[in-house]
Amino acid sequence: MSGTYLGMPSFPRAAAASTRDMRLRGNLRHATHTIRAKRAKAVEELGDWEQLRAAGAALKNRTLRHLDHYLEQLEAAVSAAGGHVHWACDAEEANRIVTELVRETGESEVVKVKSMATQETGLNDALAEAGISAYETDLAELIVQLGDDLPSHILVPAIHRNRDQIRDIFREKMGSWGRAAPRNLSDDPAELAEAARLHLREKFLNAKVGVSGANFMVAESGTLVVVESEGNGRMCLTLPETLISVVGIEKIVPTWQDLEVFLQTLPRSSTAERMNPYTSTWTGTTDEDGPSAFHLVLLDNGRTDALADTVGRQALRCIRCSACLNVCPVYERAGGHAYGSAYPGPIGAILTPQLRGVQSELDASLPYASSLCGACYEVCPVAIDIPEVLVHLRERVVEGGTVTVRGQKTTIKPAKGHAAERAVMRAARWTFDHPRALRAGQRLAARSRRLTPRRLPLPGAGKAWSDSRDLPRPAPESFRDWWLRNRGPDTAGHEGDPE
Amino acid sequence: MNSRETVLGRVRRALADVPRDEGPDETHVPRDYWTSHAERSDAERLDLLAENLADYRALVHRCGAGELPATIAELLRARGARSVVAPPGIPEEWLPAEVERVADDPAASPRELDALDSVVTGCAVAVAETGTIVLDAGEDQGRRRISLVPDHHICVVRAPEQIVDSVPQALRRLDPARPQTWISGPSATSDIELDRVEGVHGPRTLEVIITSPEP
Repeated sequence: MSGTYLGMPSFPRAAAASTRDMRLRGNLRHATHTIRAKRAKAVEELGDWEQLRAAGAALKNRTLRHLDHYLEQLEAAVSAAGGHVHWACDAEEANRIVTELVRETGESEVVKVKSMATQETGLNDALAEAGISAYETDLAELIVQLGDDLPSHILVPAIHRNRDQIRDIFREKMGSWGRAAPRNLSDDPAELAEAARLHLREKFLNAKVGVSGANFMVAESGTLVVVESEGNGRMCLTLPETLISVVGIEKIVPTWQDLEVFLQTLPRSSTAERMNPYTSTWTGTTDEDGPSAFHLVLLDNGRTDALADTVGRQALRCIRCSACLNVCPVYERAGGHAYGSAYPGPIGAILTPQLRGVQSELDASLPYASSLCGACYEVCPVAIDIPEVLVHLRERVVEGGTVTVRGQKTTIKPAKGHAAERAVMRAARWTFDHPRALRAGQRLAARSRRLTPRRLPLPGAGKAWSDSRDLPRPAPESFRDWWLRNRGPDTAGHEGDPE
Repeated sequence: MNSRETVLGRVRRALADVPRDEGPDETHVPRDYWTSHAERSDAERLDLLAENLADYRALVHRCGAGELPATIAELLRARGARSVVAPPGIPEEWLPAEVERVADDPAASPRELDALDSVVTGCAVAVAETGTIVLDAGEDQGRRRISLVPDHHICVVRAPEQIVDSVPQALRRLDPARPQTWISGPSATSDIELDRVEGVHGPRTLEVIITSPEP
């Protein structure tokens, strides 16, 4: 696959293009609205959803606050069960480790389970450079790989494709990767799934090396958990002789019993199912059952930088359910590719700038890819306050400051192009510090409200913003005046600004 | 410094705000979520399991323990199965004589397994609230791959003792050291327009036989 996120334009420019793509918007609207309603119903079935949500957040907080302890515990447990643990500081190191491990087997092909971590590291390209073919086996990943495309959704990477487009991709491309699709393939989803089954079965039955991620790693037992639907995960996890799992260090849960929270919240939040069709768990290797060699590659790649930020840290609680994407008005219109990373949507807008830093134009634009409506926080099964982190990261972009980059404390400069915002923030601070000026301004706005234009055609940099927005009508009376009129001057008197 | 020390060092520096004497268990985790979502009798639990299995397109059959061989024979006949893989814990008398019984052999290649028509297994536990059966490679369940490669899976659940209400209760019964497969309906995908379609790589037909002791 030649798809890459490198050198992609900033979010506003990418979104300006994608929002004009009516087919893309139609596909996204259809898919996200379908899943939204179903998810709400699946969540409603559990009377203790809020308790599960609070417990999930707390369990992840416990893990993150003592991550060094749990990482060492996990390493010991996996090793004791016959697995080999490797540590990767960054994407390049993870890819190098996996490439070496595959080379040692003497194989030149691997089958892959859908994995966000290897998408993040660009593993397939690294393997291709080493002459190793990586076959994606998740249906949506297969669609993306055959279409020489990029994933646009965490759960359903090909969500931007509708059934007609998928049929065309299968017809045109399957033959060059292996077993071709039937000539008369229709756009019926069941027929498309059947074509994928036949195409991939050949790969599974011959596979000697499997590559996966994991949804959870249990520190106390060294158990890995993969949650999936199609059975391609089971194929990759059990048929090959060698299994290599690349997993972010934040994927730990402390105990086996702790899974009781996430195995209830993840499927319902993600695919709106009571339970996903297949969940596999394995601990190291088992004699004569599944792979005889198991390698776990623990991936940092910016996660410890996010961990160092006490506000941004909560993004590492994410269990990749994608509920926040499905409810986001910005995602629905802009599509996943505009976010320029493996992690699109609201969670991507707070995760990517923390994993990669905010120094590139794209990454600095991501915290702005939101209207701060808060729907993402409402649906998050581990209660990540995404709007809070977005605002925090905007401040970092505009003001600069001390951050951790690759483990080193670094002072970053304010990003270019935010001078207007800095000026507005300074002005706002001054106004709120000077109540008399604020009141005068509000009264003036109320009295002249009929004169306020519906749109404010700003010149220069402000034009992009003002072009697509209506101005709200100023209220006929400011809240302060209303309070004064209804509650009397006694209650308002403590502001120390009598007239 | 190797990468292990680098990553662990970064983690420790990142957590400078966490008091050094704070133990992992000191982060409070509220456990007031429920261990099951209703009080149920054995019969109600069985009904809920059957209902939720069927909701995700598993085919559910109920029979008395004595009728089990006849029920399995009927399902295999209806399917036209000529070969069936069965782990050692499945009694001889459960399988009809006219169907070739193939052992769960670690030396067999995946391709040989792919040529078989059906698989018959037991299970470790079944979860009523989610319609899930859990296999943990026990004697009557075999290696993970035998319930994966053949296209037709018959799974026997013994009521009432193997059925629990909920996910928390199921986890308590299971040993993480054993490889497990949690199965909720036949293989499926939501990858085309987020619409669920049954039948991708795992068995496209899942039949669950729930047996109860004779009255």
